[in-house]
Amino acid sequence: MSRHRVKNVGYDDDEFDDDDGYDSPDPEEQEFLQQCTAAVVGQLRAGQPSLTATTEEVQEALWHYYNDIDKAVNYLRGVYLFPPSICPRLLARSSWFAGGGVCMCKKEKEVKKQAAPAVQKSRVQAGKFTYFVYTLVEVLDIVLTGLPVPGFPAPLPAAAHFSAADFFRDCPWLNVPAHRKADILVEPLYPRLGLLGGAPESGGKMSKLAALAAARKKKEGEKAAAAPEVPSTPQPECLDGPPPKPSGTPLSLSERLAASKLSKSSETNGGLRRLGRPGASVSLPARQQLVPEPSKPSPPSLPEPTKQEEPDTKPEPQKTTPNIRASPSTFASVILGNAAGPTMAEPSHLNSNNVDLLQIYGQDHAEPFDFAAPSPDDVVMNAQSTAKGFKSKPAGPKAAGGQKGQSDLAGGMKDLSVEEKVTVKSKNLDVVAEYNKSTRKKSASFVVIGHVDAGKSTLMGRLLADQGAIDQRTLDKYRKEAEKIGKGSFALAWVLDQGSEERARGVTIDIATNKFETETTAFTIVDAPGHRDFVPNMIAGASQADFAVLVIDSSVGKFESGLKGQTKEHALLVRSMGVQKIIVAVNKMDTVQWDIERFQEIEQQISAFLTTAGFQPKNIAFVPCSGVLGDNITRRSEDPKSLWYTGRTLLEELETSEPYTHALDKPLRMTIGDVFRGGVQNPISISGRLDAGSLQMGDQILTMPSGETALIRSVEVDGEPSDWAVAGQNVVLHLANIDPIHLRSGDVVCRASAPIKTITSFTAKVLAFEHLMPMQVDVHRGRLHVPGRISKLVASLDKTSGAALKKRPKIVAPGTVARVVVEIDQAVPLEAPTRIVLRAGGTTVAAGLLE
Amino acid sequence: MRLIKNKIEHNGSGTVTLCPEEPEDMWHAYNLIRPGDLLRSSAIRRVTTVQDTGSTSSARVHLNLLIKVKNLDFDPHSSQLHVSGQIMNETAHTKIGQFHTLDLEMNRNFTLEKEVGADGEGVGWDSVAVEQLKDAVDEGGNRRAEAVAVVMQEGLAHICFIGQFQTILKQKVEMSVPRKRQGGGDHDKGMGKFFRVTLETLLRQMDFNTSITSGAYNEAVRPVLLASPGFVAAGFHKYIQSEASTTTPGLKRLLPSIVVVHSASGYLNSLSEVLQSPAVKALLADTKYARETKLMDDFLDELRKETNKATYGPREVESAVDQGAVGRGGGVLIMSNRLFRSQDIAERKRWVALVDRVRDVEGGEVRVLSSDHESGKRLEGLGGIAALLTFPVVEEEPDSEDDSADAD
Repeated sequence: MSRHRVKNVGYDDDEFDDDDGYDSPDPEEQEFLQQCTAAVVGQLRAGQPSLTATTEEVQEALWHYYNDIDKAVNYLRGVYLFPPSICPRLLARSSWFAGGGVCMCKKEKEVKKQAAPAVQKSRVQAGKFTYFVYTLVEVLDIVLTGLPVPGFPAPLPAAAHFSAADFFRDCPWLNVPAHRKADILVEPLYPRLGLLGGAPESGGKMSKLAALAAARKKKEGEKAAAAPEVPSTPQPECLDGPPPKPSGTPLSLSERLAASKLSKSSETNGGLRRLGRPGASVSLPARQQLVPEPSKPSPPSLPEPTKQEEPDTKPEPQKTTPNIRASPSTFASVILGNAAGPTMAEPSHLNSNNVDLLQIYGQDHAEPFDFAAPSPDDVVMNAQSTAKGFKSKPAGPKAAGGQKGQSDLAGGMKDLSVEEKVTVKSKNLDVVAEYNKSTRKKSASFVVIGHVDAGKSTLMGRLLADQGAIDQRTLDKYRKEAEKIGKGSFALAWVLDQGSEERARGVTIDIATNKFETETTAFTIVDAPGHRDFVPNMIAGASQADFAVLVIDSSVGKFESGLKGQTKEHALLVRSMGVQKIIVAVNKMDTVQWDIERFQEIEQQISAFLTTAGFQPKNIAFVPCSGVLGDNITRRSEDPKSLWYTGRTLLEELETSEPYTHALDKPLRMTIGDVFRGGVQNPISISGRLDAGSLQMGDQILTMPSGETALIRSVEVDGEPSDWAVAGQNVVLHLANIDPIHLRSGDVVCRASAPIKTITSFTAKVLAFEHLMPMQVDVHRGRLHVPGRISKLVASLDKTSGAALKKRPKIVAPGTVARVVVEIDQAVPLEAPTRIVLRAGGTTVAAGLLE
Repeated sequence: MRLIKNKIEHNGSGTVTLCPEEPEDMWHAYNLIRPGDLLRSSAIRRVTTVQDTGSTSSARVHLNLLIKVKNLDFDPHSSQLHVSGQIMNETAHTKIGQFHTLDLEMNRNFTLEKEVGADGEGVGWDSVAVEQLKDAVDEGGNRRAEAVAVVMQEGLAHICFIGQFQTILKQKVEMSVPRKRQGGGDHDKGMGKFFRVTLETLLRQMDFNTSITSGAYNEAVRPVLLASPGFVAAGFHKYIQSEASTTTPGLKRLLPSIVVVHSASGYLNSLSEVLQSPAVKALLADTKYARETKLMDDFLDELRKETNKATYGPREVESAVDQGAVGRGGGVLIMSNRLFRSQDIAERKRWVALVDRVRDVEGGEVRVLSSDHESGKRLEGLGGIAALLTFPVVEEEPDSEDDSADAD
């Protein structure tokens, strides 16, 4: 039944005898097919998402599934939803089929091809399968009808009798040393879109592969001087005249692939039908395929079995004709990216055996292939990696390779070496001018401080949520997850507490930065941990801030314990780190019923303390609020008990902040806050805040104390890519040409022209928070945290005048200012004037200015 | 250290034969042996002989050498002591006056002779030296209580061994752990890696045998103190537990001896806090270093109270002793043993005289702290000498002694 159909599929030599097959479609089957088609199309439309498939595709699918509607629908869905998802890898694979397949033994080929349709469930396989099927559709146009075909040709014998060795007798692959074969196989892979799916878009356009095949066939047909038309060819885009070929004529690999596959399928089809098990597995034992069908009526098919037995190496006279032999496999030529299929069909270089292999692809490259260019393997890798998203890496060697002539082989080799240097072109911007030009919103960053569990993270989570910096869905997700572990009230804090440990324990451990914008200002939030163990992290956070928000828990007992705890320490720390303005958010006012007296009590105590700490009264503001409920954060509280408060909300208070100026024209200084892997493209990234100066993409920087140089590959300012950055901005730098072991958080980035010095000892004027004596201390500056010791108390000083009160005191009492000498075990990058904090035994003992 | 033979005369000169038995004994030997002493020990010396024809041949020969100590070189990490000096006895292969460096070895006797010269050029076995010898000789062999401490913070771990007289930093593990980032799991991954490396290093340093088949199962395990700010130590403990229950069951032997304590930072500075924590105190009750740490804390507390009942610095302490403030009823002289290690004989005599005076004349207490302990390091910061006084001593006017102070 289906034999006939298969004939026109595969073997041109058979085709002209098969015409009658097309003339006599079985009307019953045709009708059944129509019904099925309609059903499938209907199901596809109805499905979610709805799809439309061309009749041909539907019928093709039906044909493959023996009119099983469900399976056909499934399959088509698969095809559409994962559009012949042949990733570059797969493509490389198929090209390998095209080229390398030649060398493969026939058997293996058969098995592979057979496997393809059999394993449709696997996605990759499915993709491959699709690919083959499309090839079939376009090239040979059998699919649609499902006509009963009288003959049952043995496709594999046919494929077999075009022995690979024979066919490519004079092809360079056979004579070329093995190591060169790889060069043949791996062509520059720039898959052309048309090929992948090969999907006939809207059924009208002929794919290039089909066109190529058609053109070739035509030619062959002319040569054979016999070109009977096949009138019943159902589709116009298909070869209207599949030209018959002398039986010995080689077929292109694609054709053979297609043919064998198709005939296999059809054979399967037939076989299964015979067995009356339409849904059964498609794969058949290879043995069956190798047996020529005895019932095959058409005369040209008869020689096939004999041909099969022919020795593979036997050369055939026709093969000398260039237009046959000339063609590398269709796949190869198509995949090579040579759009003009026909030109590839007659490459003259294949005429002789001793062809210079390099010349084959010389068509694509203007100059002879020197090995300075990336090897074909590299090209494949590059193609793959580009597909995956990295771009910059290949650019280096490629560009370099392109410029180098053959003479510069050594240089080429250097370019191929493992340590490829990345070069990024600097735009040579005048960054300061650029900054002045840019019309940015005024930006401000603030640190949120306070005792542990005062509600810092929650307050900031609320602020971000209300400002729309966090979408509701994420928030709902957090809420659900938080409730799951019984910490429902922590949901808002989770916006900032992203660490698993932080969430599990409900404590902020490290600083988190986030940003939001109002109409006037772009704010950067630095959420600091309140726990005493994490004060070093808080110091790092405070060093990134222009002003501070001090959160105070107003609930009974908590305010008092906080005052003894970190409330004071944090406030003192931010003050001694140069923060001038502080907003006191009196949080959790809802728990004390918005008691005005409570608020006033807190205000009184805190403002008294802050004033003594050195904040000017005009720079202190108090806002009663509730982070959990969101009262007085961005909106005014609607609680009737809170109506007494008529001042600004927290957000309004934040917006009163004045723009801060930073030392743009000073030499570059940036303390590294974090060293991390910024993704595949950026293996080494650092983040931090620019303390002084400016930088731009392509700059060479120096990191201290390691003294290593690095190249800025790209810059991100507040998470947005940028060409430059200036002091005061929180940046992420993606680096190149440096090993990450040279980078630690706390290191300083500077320029080689104005490097920061590393020191092991310094004198500092400090305000003592605790008793100072010669003792071991930890020195903090931003993220920098090193052990050291106070080696000498030089003098205690007068607070206002700075005059020495007492030289060489034995001990310095808390609250006095003293000049001390600090020695550090390891050399650290510090320079005057910078603010340092000295801590010992988990408490801050002093803070001050390095002299 | 075992005392093999003790022949100390009344005048302070004499010889002592000792046999070091454990690494810490080298530290004792380092403190006992002073430049100018005579040291006899077996040695291996490479002897080169020149033939008449001019050809040379060299051979390694075992010798018993007596040297006059010139210099000491102590490596606390590997507990190795190299003593160099001039050879004093003649042998077939060496001449008097040749230099040789003796490497003291474990379980090999050495004889130390200290002399008080007629004109007092040597110090002999003074009271401090005798005290040190007593410390060094471990009669019952039961003073080996020691612990392993891992002081850590994110990305930094110090593995140190706390012995009777020394705290040895064995290894520092430093690793860059990415900070938490928006939506990044790098931090957890980095911490996992950090824990893995730290555990590997710790086991290697402890010579801990993780195989369950070997006979090591009954070996005693030293206490392991994990200390950190925040949750790092607890996380590390959890990591060890999970390793023990999954991949390395041999670790189960280690688990009972682990104590998690709090420390202010991951640096060795915080070791004092670790040693003062109740959990550790219970574990290492009344060991020498625990007492020393307590003493230093008491002293610093007194100093903070500004009662003038505590003072530090060489000159201040000496003047306090002169005033009789370091006497009966609470006077404690705290000294670092570094002072007695001085190359300068006069310097040593000065401190020994001070010790003798406080102990014998004033009736106060003298505590010599090991400079290789955390408490000794704190004392070093104060000039190596401090005193708790029985009554407040008013400080002299600083102005008057500015010059002399600066000269110090």
